[in-house]
Amino acid sequence: MNDTVNTEADPDVAEEETSLDRRAALQGNRLEWLARMIEIRRVEENVQTLYNDGHIRGSTHLSNGQEAVSVGIAVAARTTDTITCTYRGHGTALALGVSPEGVLGEICGRSIGCIGGLGGSMHLGDTTVGLFPTFAIVGAGVPVAAGAALTAWVRERDDASIAIFGDGSTNIGAFHETLNLAGIFKLPVVFVCENNLYGEYTRINLSTPVEHIADRAASYGMPGIAVDGQDVDEVVAAVQGALDRARAGDGPTLLEMKTYRYSGHSRADPASYRPDGELDAWMQRDPIDILRQRLLEKREASAEEIAAVDGRVEERVAQAVAAVLASPPPDLAEMLHHISATTS
Amino acid sequence: MNTTKLRVRQAVLQALNDEMESDPDVIVMGEDIATAGGAFKCTEGLIDTFGPRRVIDTPISEMGFLGAAVGAAATGLKPVVEMMFIEFIGVALDQLTTEASRLRYLSRGQVTVPLVVRASAGAGLGFGCQHSQMLDYWFRGVSGLKVCVASNAQNAYGLLRAAIRDPDPVVVLEPRILYGERQDVVLGEEGIVPLGVARMVAEGSDVTVVTAGAMVSVVEQAAPLLSGTSCEIIDLQTLVPWDKRVVVDSVARTGRLVVVEEGPWTGGWSNDVAAHISAELFGSLRTPVLRITCPDAPVPHSTELERRFLPSPEYVAEQTTQLIETGRTPAPWWAREEKEL
Repeated sequence: MNDTVNTEADPDVAEEETSLDRRAALQGNRLEWLARMIEIRRVEENVQTLYNDGHIRGSTHLSNGQEAVSVGIAVAARTTDTITCTYRGHGTALALGVSPEGVLGEICGRSIGCIGGLGGSMHLGDTTVGLFPTFAIVGAGVPVAAGAALTAWVRERDDASIAIFGDGSTNIGAFHETLNLAGIFKLPVVFVCENNLYGEYTRINLSTPVEHIADRAASYGMPGIAVDGQDVDEVVAAVQGALDRARAGDGPTLLEMKTYRYSGHSRADPASYRPDGELDAWMQRDPIDILRQRLLEKREASAEEIAAVDGRVEERVAQAVAAVLASPPPDLAEMLHHISATTS
Repeated sequence: MNTTKLRVRQAVLQALNDEMESDPDVIVMGEDIATAGGAFKCTEGLIDTFGPRRVIDTPISEMGFLGAAVGAAATGLKPVVEMMFIEFIGVALDQLTTEASRLRYLSRGQVTVPLVVRASAGAGLGFGCQHSQMLDYWFRGVSGLKVCVASNAQNAYGLLRAAIRDPDPVVVLEPRILYGERQDVVLGEEGIVPLGVARMVAEGSDVTVVTAGAMVSVVEQAAPLLSGTSCEIIDLQTLVPWDKRVVVDSVARTGRLVVVEEGPWTGGWSNDVAAHISAELFGSLRTPVLRITCPDAPVPHSTELERRFLPSPEYVAEQTTQLIETGRTPAPWWAREEKEL
């Protein structure tokens, strides 16, 4: 699953690093949080370039602007916790540990992709770090995460699960049915809503009669907490708190991450429906800038160290792009594999 | 052999009990299945034996609990979900057809979904058009899913046990008109009915009649009405993947195929059987393949109309006789009625 790059430039980094290694690198290393957030941003910039150059088919849904949510979750969760996510999942996959080759390769339909090029942009996954193949149907991953929590509940283990979904998902039945179910059994699941203000092309106030998604938790007997999704420290603290609560047997939590996607819904969407100035206002609170500033202010990293991170990530992503472009498409036979146990 | 007399509903319960006893990962979930023992009493008493973490009453939210079962299956449990009536899965279909059936593929085998959805299905009890369908056609075209149909107490027991042990999602349809039937059942390992294997109900030489579910006993009752014609009767038991070998072998001997299905004329599984046999045995068939199904219409409530809606022994005998006598497929009854009107 964890296809690695064959590169002469830096064999130590590229050939041995697994998704688990990349996940472990985040632990206790806030400079690495910054690096990962920058990596997500750079990878998604390359998605646009690769599309322009004709390497990407189908749809892509960027998460630029939401990097702090992805990385915050990856820091707080254990690799044994099951995570379900939507088709806006490039950031989540990278944060949790999937390599840039795995993500970009999948988006480009190459065999180096994290599921071998069979899925595409909307289906990124690697269960070695807990990530189920991301769900391309709105709301579909929410009950599945609760089901993973049900397994922990039945076996009386302290595993937990996390469902990541958008504000648009909170108007579909699966969301309400699942929160209700999780509320009844006090399942160890954390519901993380990335409220980026738009469900596809429609602003939240036109689709949702409450201002705060977190308020919806009250109907299901669980706490609902609104979180500044642009501040990775806030995200880590909130997810950690909710996971602790889940593991202690106190039940589920709904976390609403207030965030923003810089791009439209998908590649086809220029997002011309956004009011003037809204994007600029959110970019003033860019999650990468916020963390970079904080590391400097708190003297956790020097300007030189941060500049080095920028350079390292730039190089790493360039390496990934080269590896993806050199990777062949999947073998024809792969199309008929893994449909059932008899076709493995 | 360990044989006992059980009603079909008790055979289902016994299968659940036996699998839960031998495998602590097996859980059952559904509406009113724990405390109330199930709307059709297929789960009665399980909660007393296995407790509330393995026998779980859910709220009336099929998408929520079917989705949760998918997640539980994908993380190591073997959930058996009861859909009280198969129609109820309509509001949850995504979780089975688009999620459960795809997780193995999308994870390249990292995630598997050993999930069973069992449901009461079919017509004959006056439940009307929203509680009387077979609906196997909602699942049959979805790669990654298996579909089977019980026709008696033995395969109600044996197919369910095999389905629970299968590493992939399986839909088990239980014709609810059969739940009260009391028959001999071989229990234990010998009683398990492997998926994908048809059952030879009766051997014969003039015509092969392929059927499944509640139609099996209809065909058995039709056979003696066909004087002078020797019928070979095959119960498919599993619709996906269906047992092509047994059917091809049989029709190669008899030269005639009649398929009797409780299902629609359009999109029914009998089309797959007819197409496959026509293609495989074209030159050696003595008559064209005859399909006997329900009309493309909602299931009516009225006793008289519902009785006509389902293929009866008399209708099966009449259509088959005409096929053999004329060498041509007779029109279904509703086509004749339309002409007369």
